[in-house]
Amino acid sequence: MTVLDLLGPAESLEPVPPVLELRGAARQFPGDPPVHALHPADLVVGSGDYLSVVGPSGSGKSTLLNLLGLLDKPTDGEYLLDGIPTAGAGERERAALRAGHIGFVFQAFHLMPHRTVLENVLLATLYSGVPRAERRDRALAALDRVGLSHRIDFVPTVLSGGERQRAAVARAVVAQPRVLLADEPTGNLDSESSASVLDLFDELHAGGLTLLVITHDDEVSVRAQRRVRIADGYLQEIA
Amino acid sequence: MTGVVGAIVEAWGELRIHKLRVLLALVGVACAVTAITGVTALVSMLNQSFTEQTERQSGRRVTLNVNAWPQGAQATTPAGWDEAFGRVLERYDITYASRDEWTQATMRFPDGTRPTQVRAVDADLGVINRIVPEQGRWFTAADEEALAPTLVVNRAFLRAYGLTDLSSHPTVPLGDRAPVTATVVGVLRDEWPGAEPQAFVLYEQFHRWIGADGSGAQSGGPGPGVVDPMMGVQVPAMLLWVPADRSAEIGESVRRDLQATAPGWQVEVMDNHWDDGGLDRATTWVGIGVGGFALLLGGLGLVNIALVTVRYRIREIGIRRSFGATSGRVFFGVLLESVVATVVAGLVGVVLAVAIIKNIPVERVFGGGIQDMPPFPFSAAMVGMAAAVAVGALAGLIPATFAVRVKVIDAIRY
Repeated sequence: MTVLDLLGPAESLEPVPPVLELRGAARQFPGDPPVHALHPADLVVGSGDYLSVVGPSGSGKSTLLNLLGLLDKPTDGEYLLDGIPTAGAGERERAALRAGHIGFVFQAFHLMPHRTVLENVLLATLYSGVPRAERRDRALAALDRVGLSHRIDFVPTVLSGGERQRAAVARAVVAQPRVLLADEPTGNLDSESSASVLDLFDELHAGGLTLLVITHDDEVSVRAQRRVRIADGYLQEIA
Repeated sequence: MTGVVGAIVEAWGELRIHKLRVLLALVGVACAVTAITGVTALVSMLNQSFTEQTERQSGRRVTLNVNAWPQGAQATTPAGWDEAFGRVLERYDITYASRDEWTQATMRFPDGTRPTQVRAVDADLGVINRIVPEQGRWFTAADEEALAPTLVVNRAFLRAYGLTDLSSHPTVPLGDRAPVTATVVGVLRDEWPGAEPQAFVLYEQFHRWIGADGSGAQSGGPGPGVVDPMMGVQVPAMLLWVPADRSAEIGESVRRDLQATAPGWQVEVMDNHWDDGGLDRATTWVGIGVGGFALLLGGLGLVNIALVTVRYRIREIGIRRSFGATSGRVFFGVLLESVVATVVAGLVGVVLAVAIIKNIPVERVFGGGIQDMPPFPFSAAMVGMAAAVAVGALAGLIPATFAVRVKVIDAIRY
């Protein structure tokens, strides 16, 4: 018997799958001629990456976001979320993957105007399997993390743009998703509020969260660790 | 289970936000449930009132009315008719029964002595015919053993004595040759305007104190057999309250038994087991019609409001879907909002119906008190609630289907 025998069988060290992975994924809309919104593209976003996708209007950014957010299906190729193939997944399975793996931040915030900030944040815990007893504590922690502890009982309509987007970020991260998908997160904000939201993204990234930000603003995109350009449906990583 | 509770809590939260919508839904559906429950309760009160009025005339369901007639001029009074009455009660285990003898007795009114109609009955007649005196009381078992006869008279009788109430504890001399003093213990309302004075007296007391010819104890004595100058010899009728399911069988047996007791007499037994369900059915259908129509209106209003609200909430539905709500969950959620709203409305409707029914001036509405007030129709309340839930679910189906068809991408684009 040797010392090595005492260690037991070696654990299988399988490679950790990327959080997002496009394998030749394309999206084509029917028409005459068909519209190629996204040409076959490969993209790998690893855990903890901070990636920005830049491109002008009509370049295919929203199509890419819809595919990555499982709101749409590729017409060709495969999309793996956390290593799980999704191209053939059913509606229920895709909803479950969205609930458990993805947090969305929208340009127009999309907070529910009649609900308080806390209730808005709690919304995301309804579908992601967060135990009922933990929901409020998690929501309060998320709001504290984005610096909105003093606004929990306010309705979104009385908040500033920056505060609304922070509330939306709190809603996106409360269920501890694997990736945060942000669609033009600073599109409706002034420069000061934009800076504060981008600082918040930096903090979240530093905390280990994977971020994918879609923007047409170079100032926003340069904050990311990796940059991808999309133009006319073609995806290209910027060195 | 937790999912269902969660969905209900979520639906309730939505409704709290859309208060106006809830209120509008409440009005239509609550009115409908009030109509269904209230009308059903009213119908059951109306039926009870109708039944009681009928029973005041012809006795409780089912009362056997036993009559006997002499078959020839030489027929004599059957011996042992009263004993036969006792045997019938014992043999067929009849709890409530009364003899009913229509006769006359001499009464001394302030304006002179005159023969007055008297019904000699047993105390049970009060139960069988639902007799409720408007003043004083009906006979009790204690009156049977009293040392002086007691009378329950009609208002005309009291009026003939120049009285309006029993506050003076009036007594009446009965009989002509050897009058006895009877105490008036109760007053009934006249059966029709201009009714003649009439008195009820207990059968046993009548024969003990007044006599078969109504003149006084010395001339009468106990036992049946009244010689009416117009109709000849007669025996008292018998009223027997028997179970409805055995009335025919008991009626035939009683007829045979009494026929054997009274040779030369024709004994007939009639019952009041006739079908008068027409009113019941008609009023029930009216109730269902009114309630159904109100529910239809309430439901249409609800569909309208729900559809408008769902269109207004397209973005919110899109956001929920993007955060992982399945289409089933969205469908169920929107459907449940409608159902929760109608359940609340239904509860309000039932409470309203209870409040209305409990505050109905029964005397004025039904032209006479209801002795056995029917209980609040719990089943009608349940039917009303079930209908409210059904309308909620149906009204929720259209907006829920609409909500499921919302395209997430379009909903969250701007």
